[in-house]
Amino acid sequence: MAIDISATSKLWSFPGGIHPPERKAPANMTAIQRFPLPPVLFIPLRQHAGEPGELCVAVGDYVLKGQPLTIPGVDNGLPVHASTSGTITAIQQHPLNHPSGLTGLTLCLEPDGKDAWYPRQPIANIDAISQREVLQHLQAMGIAGLGGAGFPTARKVAGARNIDVLIINGVECEPYIVSDDRLMREHAGEILAGSLLLQKLTSAKQLVIAIEDNKPEAAAAFAAAIHDSNATDTDTTELKGAAAVLKIVPTRYPSGGEKQLIQILTGKQVPVRGLPADIGILMQNVGTAFAVARAIHHGEPLLERVVTITGEAVHQPGTAWALLGTPIEYLLAQSGFRAQEKKQRVIMGGPMMGFTVTNLQIPVIKTTNCILAPSQKELAPAEAEMACIRCGACEIACPASLLPQQLQWLAKAKDYDGLKQHNLADCIECGACAYVCPSQIPLVQYYRQAKAEIREQAIEQQKAEIARQRFEARQARLEREKEERLAKHKKAAEARKAAQAAQAARQTESSTDGEQDPVKAALARVKAKKAQQDRGVEPAKSEQKDAVAAAVARAKAKKAERDANAESTPATTEKKDAVAAAVARAKAKKAERERLAKLEAENIGDSENKQNATNNKGNENS
Amino acid sequence: MSFYIASSPHHHQRRTTAKLMQLVLFAMLPGFLAQLYFFGWGVIFQLSLAIAVALAAESLCLIARDRAPASGLQDNTAIVTAALLAVSIPPLAPWWVIVIGTLFAIVVVKHLFGGVGHNIFNPAMAGYVLLLISFPVQMTAWMPPTGLASNAPGFIDSLYLFLFQFTNEGFSLEQVRRIDTGSMLDAVVMATPLDHVKTQLSQGATLSEALQHRQFTGFAGAGWQWVNFAYLLGGLLLLQQRVIQWHIPVAMLGALSICAILGSIFAPDLLPGLNIHLFSGATMFAAFFIATDPVSAATSSKGKLIYATLIGVLIYVIRSYGGYPDAVAFAVLLANLCVPVIDQYTRPVTYGHRKEES
Ligand code: SF4
Ligand code: SF4
Repeated sequence: MAIDISATSKLWSFPGGIHPPERKAPANMTAIQRFPLPPVLFIPLRQHAGEPGELCVAVGDYVLKGQPLTIPGVDNGLPVHASTSGTITAIQQHPLNHPSGLTGLTLCLEPDGKDAWYPRQPIANIDAISQREVLQHLQAMGIAGLGGAGFPTARKVAGARNIDVLIINGVECEPYIVSDDRLMREHAGEILAGSLLLQKLTSAKQLVIAIEDNKPEAAAAFAAAIHDSNATDTDTTELKGAAAVLKIVPTRYPSGGEKQLIQILTGKQVPVRGLPADIGILMQNVGTAFAVARAIHHGEPLLERVVTITGEAVHQPGTAWALLGTPIEYLLAQSGFRAQEKKQRVIMGGPMMGFTVTNLQIPVIKTTNCILAPSQKELAPAEAEMACIRCGACEIACPASLLPQQLQWLAKAKDYDGLKQHNLADCIECGACAYVCPSQIPLVQYYRQAKAEIREQAIEQQKAEIARQRFEARQARLEREKEERLAKHKKAAEARKAAQAAQAARQTESSTDGEQDPVKAALARVKAKKAQQDRGVEPAKSEQKDAVAAAVARAKAKKAERDANAESTPATTEKKDAVAAAVARAKAKKAERERLAKLEAENIGDSENKQNATNNKGNENS
Repeated sequence: MSFYIASSPHHHQRRTTAKLMQLVLFAMLPGFLAQLYFFGWGVIFQLSLAIAVALAAESLCLIARDRAPASGLQDNTAIVTAALLAVSIPPLAPWWVIVIGTLFAIVVVKHLFGGVGHNIFNPAMAGYVLLLISFPVQMTAWMPPTGLASNAPGFIDSLYLFLFQFTNEGFSLEQVRRIDTGSMLDAVVMATPLDHVKTQLSQGATLSEALQHRQFTGFAGAGWQWVNFAYLLGGLLLLQQRVIQWHIPVAMLGALSICAILGSIFAPDLLPGLNIHLFSGATMFAAFFIATDPVSAATSSKGKLIYATLIGVLIYVIRSYGGYPDAVAFAVLLANLCVPVIDQYTRPVTYGHRKEES
């Protein structure tokens, strides 16, 4: 059944969810600021899923704003761009913006303050070129999902077929974060334009924009944008907002989760291990839609994004356009951050799903939506874990309808099979369960650990499996080689036998031969002579018997020759017979020699080929 | 500057188990005061001794199990268990009754099963049942409610009765429990309303005859009805504070009501009606404070509905046909036994695992 969403159609609900204090103010009360250029940018080569591309600049190079710095590798990753003009001062290991706190290869770019652009190539009319070319453009512009895991947008769009609804997600349900809220208030028109472009690219029948009901200003801005877009009568692109439906969803965490929002809007669930596209839905974040519009209409790569800088340790909380690569320390400093406690917490992301950082030099990346520096008072650290009292509060809160409590017991017991049975993999780590747990059990931490352990186990299993396969392949190869060797020997032996048999057969055959033509006889003589010469040149390797036979044949042939020379008249039957026999013998000899040589050569070549083939196979396996 | 490292979520509801238990204790206050008013000082002695014993037993158990007693005691669960048991037994029952009951509840039912969160049975109700079976006389010796007692004992007399089973003047509990019927000859030992109805019915009287007794001044028995109201009030407070969810009280009271109504329709003269079932005995107390014990109840919302319905039906069946006048403790323990099965069959369907009905 196709999904049909209209402005008045019913909203569904998802189970569970929580209402943590929103604390969106005061960060959402001021316009998005633009700080001066930071003194240095750290641009990690790898900002997203997939292998990092190949560097195409070197230390000391001067780069322009928007200039690609890497060429994507084979897996169609995204290039990274210079966020502003300046000089590459170093390419080195630098802390990554990642929960692991690991380092990664990073370009250090020192801005020259000119902010000079690399040539931009907007697309005037996307109808004039193929969808593939537009997607290639989006990829070259480095467009990735700004809401979630930073998946390349072009790949997401290319992989989706038969899309009924394109949902533009402006829900932003996590407390404190207001980046999308501000972006919608200030740039609803461009977000809508980008959304319509995406709709065109996905051939989605419907376009739905979802906003939580705690952002009335953003909703109003969108309603106005949709109205404007319908009013302007431009038939150049035919992109109209008429079909765009604005849906206001009730505030409840985590209604902005992809799966939850789909359930709210359609009542459907994304099947397990499936994608939204399986039920005809594609979701994009408002920030992504904005970036798509900038990339297509202005030819601008994704170089900056809105970041919320908030928390009580920040004196001027608000939002800012942050160039990708800006160290978060710079943003915090610009916002009047002062560490309030001996142990200050700085959270990358929101209070529910963000991670604490250990180094303020980590750069802003495409998925950085919030930097939160709370005081101990507003977000008190977790208290000591107490025993689970089976109160079921966690289960009531879980939006995925899991049994967090059961998962917790199982995780503590390291019962991985039990965890799989209880669908740990479907946990979206939203933290709702841990938020409500009265015993202060860090449930999500347990799940994360268990997931990591299960992953490790799977990798171990895979390794063991590969090792097993490799061993078996080797065994099979050895077996095959042995058989081949045996077969070769057998074949050679058979060939020899066959040759002997043929010789014997010919001898008997020739003895019963009828009359011979004098020409033939002459030819035979010549051949015999040649054979004789050959024989002389070649080192005698044949068996004694052969040598004897050859000698006999030679003698006979000589005699026959002499006879033939002496008598011009047709030879007598006996004489003729003798000559023929000798010729035949010589012929057989030669043929056999030749055949054997050929056979040998063939066999060696063959087995070599086979050997190579098996080796190759072995390599593939390893 | 050093950083504080933590795992998400970084925000928590400031609602610890300890606070939840405090709220439960607070919500018990109206019922407790009603009991104090109608049944005298005894309940205070019971409560004090029960809490003291419970804390001591909890500490010793934690030490024996190699846990830090301080952290374990913080959750207040032992105090709640003690309080639930203390208000369940007759106020002037001898001191050793509550001591035995509390020890059994904490040591055997709670800690031998693995401590908080692991006990299968509701500790307070298990303790109660042990006492009821072991000391049936002491455990059914409820005081007549204030106003009916001929000589209600004062504070000192109550303390004496609690400690030595005799008042200062040498009256026994039996004597104190007599109610003033106008003539000395008629002086009888007071039974609780449910007990009274049960005895009368079993002796061939009809319900209306049984209800002739002067203790049925209100609609469900003097004193008892107000105690039930008080616990209902406390229960509503728990609901409003979201300490408990509605599922268990609603399902339990609903099931009990439906049974009572059906009973009254089919055997109006032989089975007590809705008013008696709901407002006599320990009904409200059970619905809001006992059955809602998270540890021993079913987990999922659906499971809780089934669990509480079971309790409601069992209470009715045992009250009507069993050998004991009240049935809350038995019903709860029986339902506790069914929890693993209920939990098994009420597992919610995880997101994305639903079979799409297309
Ligand atoms: S973190 Fe996982 S288990 Fe906990 S509420 Fe979210 S989805 Fe459910
Ligand atoms: S919320 Fe915490 S205490 Fe309650 S059942 Fe879940 S894990 Fe146990």
